[in-house]
Amino acid sequence: MNPRLLLLLFLGLAVALPLSLLAGRVWIDPLSPATQNAATILFHLRLPRAVLALGIGAGLGAAGAAMQGFLRNPLADPGLFGIAPGAALGAVLSFWTGYAAAPWLLPLFALAGACGAMTLLGLIAGRSGGIALFTLAGLMVSSLAGALVSLAISLSPTPFAMSEIVTWLMGSLADRSWRDVGISIPFIMLGIGVLAFAGRSLDALTLGETAARSLGVEPLKLQVLMVAGIGLTVGAGVAVAGIIGFVGLMVPHLVRPFTDHRPSSLIVPSALAGALLLIISDSLCRILPLTGGELRLGIGLSLLGAPFFLHLLLKMRRELV
Amino acid sequence: MSLGVSNITLAGRLQEVSLQCRRGMVTAICGPNGAGKSSLLSCMAGLLRPDTGDVLLGGRPLSNVSVAQKAQWIGYLPQAPEVAWDVSVEVLVSLGRLPWRNAPAKEARKAIDDAIAAMDLEDLRHRPVSRLSGGERARVLMARLLATQPGWLLADEPFASLDLAHAAALMRRFRQQAKAGRGVVLVLHDLATAMNHADQVLVLRKGRVEAEGPPEIALAGKVIHRVWNCPARWLGEPGERALSLGLATPFLVDVSRGSV
Repeated sequence: MNPRLLLLLFLGLAVALPLSLLAGRVWIDPLSPATQNAATILFHLRLPRAVLALGIGAGLGAAGAAMQGFLRNPLADPGLFGIAPGAALGAVLSFWTGYAAAPWLLPLFALAGACGAMTLLGLIAGRSGGIALFTLAGLMVSSLAGALVSLAISLSPTPFAMSEIVTWLMGSLADRSWRDVGISIPFIMLGIGVLAFAGRSLDALTLGETAARSLGVEPLKLQVLMVAGIGLTVGAGVAVAGIIGFVGLMVPHLVRPFTDHRPSSLIVPSALAGALLLIISDSLCRILPLTGGELRLGIGLSLLGAPFFLHLLLKMRRELV
Repeated sequence: MSLGVSNITLAGRLQEVSLQCRRGMVTAICGPNGAGKSSLLSCMAGLLRPDTGDVLLGGRPLSNVSVAQKAQWIGYLPQAPEVAWDVSVEVLVSLGRLPWRNAPAKEARKAIDDAIAAMDLEDLRHRPVSRLSGGERARVLMARLLATQPGWLLADEPFASLDLAHAAALMRRFRQQAKAGRGVVLVLHDLATAMNHADQVLVLRKGRVEAEGPPEIALAGKVIHRVWNCPARWLGEPGERALSLGLATPFLVDVSRGSV
């Protein structure tokens, strides 16, 4: 792992975190402590939100890096490949059935949804499937989960539940509390740990599945680790913040040139860079002067991520020619 | 430790195949397309489990050897190896150390350096894989195999994408490894390479052993005629043999030691 890259990312976080705590509709000036309710705003609104941004960003960054390594596909992303929509489906079902009232059931449903989508992806495309097959299978899983979410919304028992689901789906960190931190961050940290543990096996996959097996990688074990790690990080994130796309795609791409290109050396830096990206973009969403409320983080990142994806595609096309 | 298979059968692919390989020797597995060559090599590498019969490593059934130990003992180079990420030569070679996760870093460093030196890759050490020629890439992949320091090197058609000179050079490196005490098992399409460079040849057809033994016997003209259904005659001196096929005009397939 590149120590200079890690240092730089830590420095970035050390600057971004305090700034994000001060920024918002109410600006807090640390030098003149006259702002009303400053302590309350900081501790009950901004700090949990910042912790969530860091945790969810880290989870999505690490999940993206691991997924790209596992599928040997530089375009893999938990959002695009149906993992986040799978988690959303799980979470929506818990809203729909009213289970979301019990704090631990929402993340569990989302985790189950994410793991289910990841397993389905593995079953359809197999581990040795090519990039095209995986991408198509991912799109299929994604649109299936999307359709089921729409079905659940259209059948939702009350208009109140419907609007709650729709707003939540857009992806945002506004008005989150310490409770949300409690039900997501431990799962995300566990997930990042699982992914980092699988790093060496992902390295072996660089040589293809057969060579990886000859180097002692057990494919089934690795697949279980991936389903668990990606399910935990993405599922827990979606459970509290809805779908925040493209982080898992963009971050590993931005970080990769500064590493030795091995999947294992990408996971931790991608987690840090994902945290940095999310805390910066969440702060920007918060201070953007928009009438009728703030820009939703999920929408903002999609507006940023879609052109990025297009840029990658065009670059790949140029390389293929 | 010896490596061999005894009476293995794999549904639709291999039927009661036995083969005993020894270290210090180059064993070639030959046969027409679909003969089961790659399946046999995969069984020997522990990647496929035969339905019946045993793969034996040092007299012990391979199914009883732990995954980690198998990876440390048997190095396997698949047909048309892929490299998914644009890593540097050094990083790619270091992947060969994965079976030795708990070995001291110093030992790993030395193994990687030795493998790079053995394949003359010093100058390319930091070059990304995408910027290597076909011949250089083949040497890097072989260095990855050597970095594991396995007792056995198994390679599935390692010369398939190489031109004549690079194929001959890589064959010479496999021979050097055999001389250094490793066991080498190669699936080969080119019969002249097998004839000139292998110590032992196994000929398969439709999953069955058709001939086995020193190349002069296992690849005799009449065996080739029977198995490949193509009249053939060996020309030249031992070690520099060329194969003349019974076509209208003589067609020479030649990878001789002279060009190495």
